[in-house]
Amino acid sequence: MKAVLIGLGSVGRGVAEMIATKNPGIAITGIADSKSGCIRDDGLDITAVLETKKRTGVCGDRSIGAIDVIEKADYDVLVEVTPTNALTGEPAIGYIRAALAKKKHVVTSNKGPIALAYQELSALAQTNRVALRYEATVGGAIPIMHALEDGLLGNEIIAIYGVLNGTCNYILTRMAAEGLTYEQALMEAREMGYAEADPTYDVKGIDAAIKLVILANTIWGSGSQLTDIDLTGIDLLTPDALRLAEEGDCTIRLIAEAIPGKKILRVSPRLIEKSHPLVVEGTLNALTLETDMAKEITLIGKGAGSVETASAIIGDILYIRNHYGERA
Amino acid sequence: MSGSILVDKVVRVQVSMKLEMKDSPGQLVAALKPISDVGGNIIAVIHHRDPDSSHHMLNVQIVLALPEGRLDNLVALLKEQGVHIQRIGKERLLYKRTVILIGHLMHTDLSDTVDRIDSTGFAEVCEISMSMPAINERSTSRVTIKATNRADMDAALAILRRVANQKSLLLIEPLEEIA
Repeated sequence: MKAVLIGLGSVGRGVAEMIATKNPGIAITGIADSKSGCIRDDGLDITAVLETKKRTGVCGDRSIGAIDVIEKADYDVLVEVTPTNALTGEPAIGYIRAALAKKKHVVTSNKGPIALAYQELSALAQTNRVALRYEATVGGAIPIMHALEDGLLGNEIIAIYGVLNGTCNYILTRMAAEGLTYEQALMEAREMGYAEADPTYDVKGIDAAIKLVILANTIWGSGSQLTDIDLTGIDLLTPDALRLAEEGDCTIRLIAEAIPGKKILRVSPRLIEKSHPLVVEGTLNALTLETDMAKEITLIGKGAGSVETASAIIGDILYIRNHYGERA
Repeated sequence: MSGSILVDKVVRVQVSMKLEMKDSPGQLVAALKPISDVGGNIIAVIHHRDPDSSHHMLNVQIVLALPEGRLDNLVALLKEQGVHIQRIGKERLLYKRTVILIGHLMHTDLSDTVDRIDSTGFAEVCEISMSMPAINERSTSRVTIKATNRADMDAALAILRRVANQKSLLLIEPLEEIA
């Protein structure tokens, strides 16, 4: 199976390294970063490309762009792992559209296109009879999409609750454990590399809300948008709030919840019993699905990280190989 | 204002009862039937099936409203059904939930905030723990609310949500009901 890789940041590098090391039968025939690209129809030497990128800061020829790789390389699946643009979804939407139009499968970790243009892109994939998969967009390594489409087949999903942002979860864990203020915990999260220089996107709950939109649209086809989410972040929490919660054997977690039957689409800090399965520590993510037959299912795992995210992406690529075998 | 108001002329009283009965099929329905026989209605039923009870008894706590003067009648009917009445009380607010409020709680008149819940008649604030780091800084409080039943609790929380919004307070609600 042949894949092209667009994006060579932390996630792209993780995918490339794992394909090179584990050799799961995937040849990479094209790679593009933000400044350059390289194409080789019988498969690139991944280790050499990563070495070049490390040494020079670019992976290939500056005259080759991402769209050239998508248009000209020989491949079955586009692996799109550029950074999320939550406002426009671009340039990733354009890349995905171009690949789908060429009847290529698409695997992405990019939340922008899936949150903003899911209906258009999935319709385009359907028309062209190819797959559009995005396991890595929600919950990092947690196989939530696989669980929904395979493991829970036949179940009606009544509600979902999740801890979907590792940065917020780390901050809340540290505020509770050490009595830190929000500012101190945020500073620590930055030092650990868990928070961006501008943490707005995480701490205001926007990242969790985008993931909730993706889940709601996947499960219920509801056409939900970011503006439909009732959103409260964690940036106004006080150390006293966590202490008072603790006195009642509770803690506070940023919970994303969707309950269509009650018209609830909400991301907000919530009081929650410490023994509750959604109370996970540090940067972990957790998701509870409430279904009619299976009742409650909770999945817990690493919500971010280079290799952890690669797990979700490689899983999607191999899923396509197994399910579209004769064509891929 | 025009329009008619239906007035329930019968004075109704609200009571809570703790009942014990045999844990066998149909027993609970049989036990609850006398309530409607005396013209009462059930507001809330809470089961307590004791996991290590060796004598297969079911404990049920109920809240009901019934016409004044019918209580003795009900007690007699329940006894006929073989139901043991452990306690009859006026403690009618069985649902309890705890929230946290953060913001300028004193400047925004905390007693008014509490009053908006208490004045409903179906819910009340039963406990407040408060922490004020310094004057002009945001304070934090843990507020426990009691209500008659789930629907009243949801209504009380909706009021609190509205008040918090008006007063720019951050309201942290529980994820699940903590009874």
